[in-house]
Amino acid sequence: MAEQVIICKELTKRFGDFLAVDKISFEVSRGEIFGFLGANGAGKTTAMRILCGLSYPTSGTATVAGFDVYKQQESIKRNIGYMSQKFSLYENLTILENIEFYGGVYGLSRKTIRERSDELITQLGLQQESRKLVGELPLGWKQKLAFSVAIFHRPQIVFLDEPTGGVDPVTRRQFWDMIYAAAAAGITVFVTTHYMDEAEYCNRVTIMVDGRIEALDAPQALKARFQANNMEEVFYQLARGAKRSSD
Amino acid sequence: MKRLGFLLQKEFRQIVRDRIILVMMFAMPTIQLIIMPMAANFEVKDIRIVVVDNDHSSMTARMFSKIGASGYFHIVGYADSYQHALTYVEREAADVVLEIPVAFERNLVREGRQQVALSIDAINGARASIGGAYLNNIINDFSQSTELDVVRDAHPVAANLPLIQMTYSIWYNAREEYKYYMVPGIFVLLLTLIGGFLTAVNVVKEKEIGTMEQINVTPIRKWEFIAGKLIPFWIIGMIIFTIGLLVAWIIYGIVSVGPLWLLYSFAAVYLVALLGFGLLVSTYSANQVQAMFVAFFFMMIFALMSGLFTAIESMPVWARTISSLIPVTHFVKVVRMVMLKGSTFQDVHMEFIYLIIFALVLNTWAVINYRKTS
Repeated sequence: MAEQVIICKELTKRFGDFLAVDKISFEVSRGEIFGFLGANGAGKTTAMRILCGLSYPTSGTATVAGFDVYKQQESIKRNIGYMSQKFSLYENLTILENIEFYGGVYGLSRKTIRERSDELITQLGLQQESRKLVGELPLGWKQKLAFSVAIFHRPQIVFLDEPTGGVDPVTRRQFWDMIYAAAAAGITVFVTTHYMDEAEYCNRVTIMVDGRIEALDAPQALKARFQANNMEEVFYQLARGAKRSSD
Repeated sequence: MKRLGFLLQKEFRQIVRDRIILVMMFAMPTIQLIIMPMAANFEVKDIRIVVVDNDHSSMTARMFSKIGASGYFHIVGYADSYQHALTYVEREAADVVLEIPVAFERNLVREGRQQVALSIDAINGARASIGGAYLNNIINDFSQSTELDVVRDAHPVAANLPLIQMTYSIWYNAREEYKYYMVPGIFVLLLTLIGGFLTAVNVVKEKEIGTMEQINVTPIRKWEFIAGKLIPFWIIGMIIFTIGLLVAWIIYGIVSVGPLWLLYSFAAVYLVALLGFGLLVSTYSANQVQAMFVAFFFMMIFALMSGLFTAIESMPVWARTISSLIPVTHFVKVVRMVMLKGSTFQDVHMEFIYLIIFALVLNTWAVINYRKTS
């Protein structure tokens, strides 16, 4: 059995009377692409924010990269990358400047930053644009760049919160190629999405309904269990009973 | 520490790239210093008087010429009745009506006293009260000199009796020019705007565009983030302060009477306090509109309660208490004292301590209230 980099036990987050995350338990192995599915408001983002050290859980336990989510958030933050649904690069900085900044805050040396950014720019084929402001790039490029920046410091785990929102199918496909490459390089990928075709690309998926985990398995196994042709059908069968309507 | 370097680099790059803010930062001190002291002028001069002279004596003629010669007033018209004179005021052609009763000269000589009526348009309160007081002085002065003439004529001996006269001289702003009062105030206003507004809006902007969350998920320490925001604006504030001093010198010939290092020391601490205030506002605001609104609310209080434009001495006790709880108040006071009076550190060391306390409290509060994990 591979090493577990994320371990959650009965993790709960309550906002007043509202149980955003209701006793979820799961484990993620190193190098795995772990999909986190659910309708809007199912609690995906809340759960992810706890694991990233952005939010305190109400009860339960969880460790990320071996660090406790209650007490060792700063250690967690050194070992993870994060890309949120909101585009989070600085639009009024150039591509190179953004890379330099985020590399710098993760403690990379200027020399390492220079070497790796040359490499990255070539990989992405952005040689012409590297000194352009990020705000001038098309959305698809921005998302790919944001992902590259999130794993620039070679974290153990990268958390992606609906990374492909609003992106065209071709770019989404390219984006997933990048995710595979990262996983192949040993980075664990924890990704939330509500695109069911993307769920098929994951090694294992979790389906959250009303703050609880309703299913957790490989896509193939889930489809077999629910006698469905694709993940979309699996999701409908599970999410139909949801009480919190999506917006 | 290395991380702070990257933060500062990023912050400066962004500031340089934001052209409008950049231009504003340097145009603001120059333009404000050029325009405000000239325009926002509370000096009372050119008060327009309309006279109702029911006496038509040589004495009233002398009185009018004395009033006209003072430089503060000019007589815009002679009306034949009070009602008629009032129409001047109603048309906003005059500020004051001076009515001289019938047989003014005769009664004054015979009884030694006579009254005149002064009606002042008090829509502009400051102008009315100061103008009224000036006119009163002039008339008193006039009546004393005529009284002496009258007395001398009647009792030559009595005229030699010693007379106690009060004279006064104005210090520190000898020509009572408003610019001396305003220019130091504008320095304070400039630093307050930089500290209070720019930082608050800058930090909240990061919240709005989502980079704040990205920052919170990195290992950046709270103090590094805060220092990364404070230092660039602190440097800009000091540059603007310097530009301000240069503009004041070039345009108005105003140079600080007191030592420059003292002014700079105060400006340095004051900026830290105000930057802390800006950060504090940002930690409580979710978006730029909120931050602007909250910051603006406090800026208005700062401007009106700190003695920038109003006299603290004439405030009621409760208002003076509020005033003393505003860092701006202490800084305004010091800048005026040092620049105009040449006060030394010994004179203003209490204000220095106050400002350090403000800086510590506001920044500590901001650091505590800024949370990377909610």
